[in-house]
Amino acid sequence: MFVTLLVLRNALRHKLRTALTVVGIVVAITAFGLLRTIVDAWYAGANASSSARLVTRSSVSLVFPLPLTYAQKIRQVEGVQSVSWMNWFGGVYITERNFFPQFAVDPGSFLDMYPEFILPPEERKAFLTDRQGAVVGRKLADQYGWKVGDQIPLRGTIYPGTWTFNLRGIYDGVDKSTDQSQMFFHWDLLNEKIRKIYPRRAEQTGVFVVRLKDPQQAAEVSTAIDATFRNSLAETLTETEKAFQLSFVAMTEAILLAIQAVSYVIVVIIMAVMANTMAMTARERGAEYATMKALGFGNGYVAGLIFGESMAIALAGGLLGIALTFPLAAWFADAMGSLFPIFLVSEATVAMQVGAALLIGAVAAGLPAWRTARVRVVDGLRAVA
Amino acid sequence: MAIPFTYIVRNLASRRLTTALTAGGMALVVYVFATVLMLAAGLEQTLVATGQDDNVVVIRRAAQSEVQSGIDRQQAAIVETLPDIATGADGNRLVSREPVVLISLPKRDSAKPSNVVIRGVTPEGVALRPQARIVEGRMFRPGTSEIVTGRAIASGFRGAGVGETMRFGSRDWTVVGSFEAGRTGFDSEIWGDAEQMLQAFRRQGFSSLIFKLADTDRFDAVKRELEADPRLTLEAKRETRFYADQSETLSKFISYLGGTISAIFSIGAIIGAMITMYASVASRTGEIGTLRALGFSRASILTAFLVESLLLGLVGGVVGLVAASFMQALSISTMNFQTFAELAFSFRLTPAIVAASLAFALGMGFVGGFLPAARAARMKIVDALRAA
Repeated sequence: MFVTLLVLRNALRHKLRTALTVVGIVVAITAFGLLRTIVDAWYAGANASSSARLVTRSSVSLVFPLPLTYAQKIRQVEGVQSVSWMNWFGGVYITERNFFPQFAVDPGSFLDMYPEFILPPEERKAFLTDRQGAVVGRKLADQYGWKVGDQIPLRGTIYPGTWTFNLRGIYDGVDKSTDQSQMFFHWDLLNEKIRKIYPRRAEQTGVFVVRLKDPQQAAEVSTAIDATFRNSLAETLTETEKAFQLSFVAMTEAILLAIQAVSYVIVVIIMAVMANTMAMTARERGAEYATMKALGFGNGYVAGLIFGESMAIALAGGLLGIALTFPLAAWFADAMGSLFPIFLVSEATVAMQVGAALLIGAVAAGLPAWRTARVRVVDGLRAVA
Repeated sequence: MAIPFTYIVRNLASRRLTTALTAGGMALVVYVFATVLMLAAGLEQTLVATGQDDNVVVIRRAAQSEVQSGIDRQQAAIVETLPDIATGADGNRLVSREPVVLISLPKRDSAKPSNVVIRGVTPEGVALRPQARIVEGRMFRPGTSEIVTGRAIASGFRGAGVGETMRFGSRDWTVVGSFEAGRTGFDSEIWGDAEQMLQAFRRQGFSSLIFKLADTDRFDAVKRELEADPRLTLEAKRETRFYADQSETLSKFISYLGGTISAIFSIGAIIGAMITMYASVASRTGEIGTLRALGFSRASILTAFLVESLLLGLVGGVVGLVAASFMQALSISTMNFQTFAELAFSFRLTPAIVAASLAFALGMGFVGGFLPAARAARMKIVDALRAA
């Protein structure tokens, strides 16, 4: 009890210095948490994917479509429960700034295959029966103030012209990790228009989504699907939904690695600042610690005092920083709009923040504590700050 | 009278650990700051240099990249009748109809697939890009399944080196050469014969049309003519503009992210400088009193401590810049969000970045040192002497 009090009193002796150090740690821990959360957001799509779904696409690359007739053949493959298909639309809502993903889907099979998108029964029915209908996620609807019944015009970049959709439903996610900033509409509508302008590009789709009877069979089924189309004009590449999502992450890996590296650099910077504070403190109190040793307190006890003070400051800054991370992340997610559909501070991030704070405290106290414990009483008493 | 400069320098030298820790923190911040600016400069330089000012790129209206675009042969023929197209040395009109697609290739080191631009070019297309020259092997022969790869692709992807083969469009393609295009976007492309590509990918239309203007000032007139033609649904851009537009999102992303991170980091470093300078002032109270008693004015005390702090910043800035300059040897390859394709670019240190980084470092030193210096200058002589 007495020791704790002594440590705290010591920490508060230089109020300005301690306050500045705490502010520095708060900034560092908050920034560290925010950067980790950005990295997590990058992986959000992959983490939310289901292990019971496979994605089949052209083996050359995603820009090459597959013929719709493949759906029948895939359905016949052993272990496949159902098949759906979708196309990336790439439309622009008013300006390029308002980016959000839009997919042309086969509505019935799509909604069955993705139980994580929850749509009220009457909205589901309205969507299925209106060929020009569309559904959007709750977050997207809130962002643009859309209500059911609104008309949404999109300017096509891949499919020319202006496309107008009737908003028939707003889906909610089954949990927080479900992407609620996407838009889905009828694949039939897209196909009809394409048939008129580019007959050669009709009856084709970007990817097939395959639901497995048993998730354990993912490897066998993907091999079987690809074997079916080997040496055809459009060879396929089938992988789990997670691998499919991760392939997007991998393409921007260089940026991701840079963000990760930078998140550690800030911890190192603040370690230098904190170590500086502790080194100065220990030097100034050299005579005082020597007096304590002369009175009979052990080396370990004195080192423990420095260690405890460092830890107390680091933890205070760390806890404040963690508390600040949440409102800051909420603000950041808001400012970024639909760029990061899922932006949540995970438990792992908080744990890493606590770890970083402890590490900062421990490393900063290391050298001064060791020096103070080692110094001879006579030298310590003689020393001047 | 001013306090001697050597006195200030010695003050820093006498407390080595503290000086090193503070300057080290600043050096890291300057390093991050400079690297980000270098990355943005490198990206910009790569994409701006990709285009030639008198070349014009024609793509389908509203398409944002060549891959999204589509131009059928009829439309292409109409564009080719433009009288403003320049004529080459051999008398051919300098216009190239090009199919551009993406193929997914595994990276050499990680085997992870990424999208690579593959472009079908004609002899005119090669003439339109004088910056590209073969550095290894030879150019592909028209009418064959031969391809040449850009420098960044040849070294970064499996099957893309000279002599290797890759399979796409149900054919095996032999890489017969590698070209360098002076650190431009073409370094991240694969080129082959345009008509062969059309067959392999079963396409009937092209992706884009590139031509050289006979008179570069006629661009606006040509653009108006093309876009007003009711038979065409195309738009024309100068090649320089076209590639600059394609890097917009990525370079904005890099500079925003980098700016935010540098700003946050600098708070940490400024606090570090402040703590150091406050301690420096506190431990030298008696000394400051003596200096005042000797006749040095408040202003010279303030200046002395500010200079000390600026020196700390300068040391950090120089160390950070030296470390950052080594980054020029590295090149980064990542996906450009707008084209969905791989793009290699390197860090580039420009005089403007050196100036900005040093100014940033000195700024951190100034902000961090001002309050402590002001405290030192405000001290009363008697109190200061008594405190010692």
